[in-house]
Order: sequence, then structure tokens, then C-alpha cells
Amino acid sequence: MDYEKLERSARLRSRAVKITTYALLTLWAVMVLFPFYWMVLTSVKSYGAYNSEWIPRLYTLSPTLQNYREAFTAVPLTGYFVNTILFTLATTGIMLVVTVLAAFAFARLNFQGKDLVFTLFLSLMMIPNELVVITNFVTITNAGLRNTFAGLILPSVTSVFYIYLLKENFAQIPDELYYAAKVDGTSDLKYLLRVMIPICRPTIVTVTILKVIECWNSYVWPRLITDDQAYFLVSNGIQEIRENGFGRDNIPAMMAAVVVISLPLIVLFLVFRKKIMAGVAQGGTKG
Amino acid sequence: MEQTNKKAWLYLLPAMAFLGIFLVYPLIDVFIYSLEEGYNSASQTYFGVGLYNYAYVLHDPYFLQALKNTFILVLITVPLSTGIALLISVGLSSIQKLRDLYQTVYFLPYVTNTLAVGLVFMILFKKTPYTDGLANLILSWFGAGPIDFIDGPYWAKMFVLCFYTVWVVMPFKILILTSALASVDQTYYNAARVDGTGKLRIFTRITLPMISPTLFYLIITGFIGAFKAYSDAVALFGTNLNAAQMNTIVGYVYDMLYGDSGGYPSYASAAAILLFAIVLTITCINLLVSRKHVHY
Repeated sequence: MDYEKLERSARLRSRAVKITTYALLTLWAVMVLFPFYWMVLTSVKSYGAYNSEWIPRLYTLSPTLQNYREAFTAVPLTGYFVNTILFTLATTGIMLVVTVLAAFAFARLNFQGKDLVFTLFLSLMMIPNELVVITNFVTITNAGLRNTFAGLILPSVTSVFYIYLLKENFAQIPDELYYAAKVDGTSDLKYLLRVMIPICRPTIVTVTILKVIECWNSYVWPRLITDDQAYFLVSNGIQEIRENGFGRDNIPAMMAAVVVISLPLIVLFLVFRKKIMAGVAQGGTKG
Repeated sequence: MEQTNKKAWLYLLPAMAFLGIFLVYPLIDVFIYSLEEGYNSASQTYFGVGLYNYAYVLHDPYFLQALKNTFILVLITVPLSTGIALLISVGLSSIQKLRDLYQTVYFLPYVTNTLAVGLVFMILFKKTPYTDGLANLILSWFGAGPIDFIDGPYWAKMFVLCFYTVWVVMPFKILILTSALASVDQTYYNAARVDGTGKLRIFTRITLPMISPTLFYLIITGFIGAFKAYSDAVALFGTNLNAAQMNTIVGYVYDMLYGDSGGYPSYASAAAILLFAIVLTITCINLLVSRKHVHY
């Protein structure tokens, strides 16, 4: 037996496997990144240059920021942005208050029928949004809340899943802390604010991030409930831009708008990368 | 006790109020709507009670088109995305260098706005009078003729929709599968290596059984998610999906509710309930199958 030869062929084989693996991984990375590259590239091409390219060019030598100027002036992009930020902040804020209070009641307080109510809550998780959106649309319309922030925000400020997530987390805090606080005469609300929330901050941050992503991308409900541009969120704004925005098919300007809309979440992701990925693994959906 | 009782209900009150108004009441109401025949949303009156709305929806060519599209989408994207995600996750867990970088890149689609990036996909695939688009440029290298993927033949549009759907759902699947792979106990692998087990055998006999609960979780959520596809299609083909022959069941529900063809909450309700009957059936079948093949 020629051991040297055997060893060499084994080494060659493992190297081939490694190269194939990297090639495959790089291929998918390119597939993921390419649309982002293309949107940035197109957004810095001038309108004339873009439309004269019968064969699309993979680079540009004369980048321009004209499209970004146009994106902010020709369509109410700033308005869409402000609306989305307001919507996201309000929805996430109210949701945090509602879910934390409910989770606290389930985790810390004792009351009759607690287990029954909690089971009922959990069973609500199975109700898909698509089934209730029809009546919610009618409810909001009849309440005269179309084209208002209240109409946009109210239906999405509770999440049974987040209540469940927070309750599980709250329940892990040892009872002794609570009794100690009680002996010191701390009220329940103060205990929640001063002890439980600080201890469970990681979960609360996770919930916040997941909700912010959800809000920033929400499309269906805002589309149903708003037809006045003054209340459009970015998703609806981009759809509006696509259908009758810059006129004359100004694709570079559209792409500039797309870049501006995509940027905040990408920055947020790059900053809180670990946190977001752990959070989605723990409680994300979409897939 | 009496004191805490009251206080606890006070803490629960906001959540219960919101859930009651926007989740429980609508759930009951949607069944009522679906049974009210000839409901008029302006006068809020109806003729009678029965199953006519279901019959109407089931005979509506737009609904049948949406049903067909959704089923094709589900049957193509769920196995494909799960398979590719598994392949990529296995590759990812076998390397050390650059792993964090790859993982970060793969996760990007999760945090992007579906509508916004869908527009980029549309431009990549669209054929306009000025340009054939990048997808057609690549096709031409292989000698294939230009195809309009956005306004062209049915299968071309379906291809783009499937492609984009896979692109959108991959981050979640890769993330979940890589963490499942990382949590497999190393002792199994060491034992197998001592026995001189081949790599393929290790994969099919150790890795797959160990991650099978995660895999089935992904398949089930994948089915549910794909059946509810809607905004991906809007991003690519615009809001008038019926005209593009690319509507999905959820799209049909929303079109019936609102928009140019809207104002029929009864038909919308019937279609939504039909959708969930389908999803529930498929999920039950999945669970039955998984009981046979998943090792917990």
C-alpha cells in the first residue's frame, strides 16, 4: 500500500469539496446581493444614460445624484417616510405597553381563571390575519377611521405571540425577588417597571425589533385603509410611484426611491445583526 | 385575593379589548358574512342565508385562476426553497472562514421591503422598448430569445414569481436550519467517525434525523406562508393581478373587498374561509406525514 499516495488523494478530495462548497455559497451570496447592487447602480445612472443602454451595463462611469433629488421632489417621498416612522413608532410603542401589561398579569399576578384565559389567548394565535382583515376593514370604515393614523395603527397593536414570549420570560424571574419587593412595600407596577422590565430587556428588544421590521414592511392593511396619499406608508408609496409616479418610466428615479426606502432597515440590521438574527430565530415568521 | 383579582383584569384589559375587537369578533363575523346572500355594503342588508357565496366564488374564473396560481406557487417554491436552504446550511456549517459574512449576506432579504425589492426584480426581468433587460441578456448568452417575463407568457411570469418568492423566503429557512445543524450533538459525529462512516451516510443517518423536526417545522410554515402569498405578486405585476393572470387566493380576497372590483365582503369572506379550509387540510396532512418520519 502506498500510504503517501492515499493521503494525497484524500487531501485533494477534501480540497475539492471545500472549493465546491465555497463556490456554491458564493453563488447564492451573489444571487442575494445582485438585486441590491443593481438598484444602487441604476439609481446613480442618469435618465438619458439608462434609457440609451439597449444592453444593460454592469457599471457606470458617470454616477449622478440627480435621481435622489428627483425622488424627494417629484413624489411625496418625505411624506411617506414621515408617515412610516410615525406609524412604526406608535404601533410598536402601544404594542409594547399592551403586551407587557398582559404578560405581567399572566406571569406574576394570581386571579381566578388565569389558566383558562391564557389557554384561550394561546388558541387565538391560530387565527390567521387574512380571515379577520375583512371585518376589520368594515369596522374601521364604519368608525370613519379610513385615512387616519388611528385606523392604521389600532388593529395591529396586540400580538398574542409576543404576550406569550414575554410571559415565558417574565416567569423565569425568581419569586423571591417579588416577595422581597413586596416586603419593602413596592407596588406591582413599580416592580414591573423597576425589576422585571430591566431583567427581561433582551426579550423586549427582540420583540421591538421584530415589530419594527413588520411595521416598516406592512403593505396590505395600509393599502386597504388609505387611499389618500397623505397617509401612505413607504410600501404603498412605492406601489404608487410604480403605477403613476415619475411618469415616462423614469426607472433610475424609481430605483433611487427604492434605495432610500430600503436603507433604514438595512442599516438597522447591520448595527443590530446578532440581536436581529437571534430574535428572528426565536420568534420570526415569514418563510 | 379580591384585590389582586381586579388588578390583574385591569392589566389584561387593553390586550383583551384589542383582541376582542380586532380578532375574536371578526373571526365570528367572517363566517356570518360568508353566509349572508346578496349582502349590500351600502345599505347593509341581505336577502337570505345560505351557501350561495361559496358557490359563486367556486364558479368565478378569477378565483379558479387564483387557486391554480397559488397551488403551482406552493408546489414549486416550498420544496425548492427548503431543499436549497438545506444545501446552503449544510455548506455553511462545514466552513469556518467567512461564515459570519455569508450568514449576514444571506439574511439581507429578510429585512428588506418586499414591495421595494420586488420592483428591482421587475426591472431585471422586464422587457421594454428601450431594453430587453438583464435577464434576457443572460438568456441571449445561451442563445435563447428575448422573453417578456413581466407581461409575457404565463409560464414566464410564474417563473419570476417563484424565483422572487424563493429569494424572499430563503433567509428565514437558512437561519433556522443553520442553528438546528449547530445544535446537533457532536458526539454522534465523533462516534460515526470512529466507525469510519462515510460522509453521505453520516448525513442521511445522523444529520437528517436529528434536524427532521426543524425541517418539518419549516415545511409546514412554508406551506402556510406560500398559500398566503400576495405582496410578492403585487410587487412584480402591479395591483391589477387579475388582468395579469397572476392573482393569488389572498389577492382575490382583497380584490373582492376593496379596489376596482371590490365592495363584496361576502364573497371575500367565503374565499378567505375556503383558503383556510385548504391550509388547514394541508397542515393536517403534513402533521400526519411528519408523525411517521420525524424523530423527536
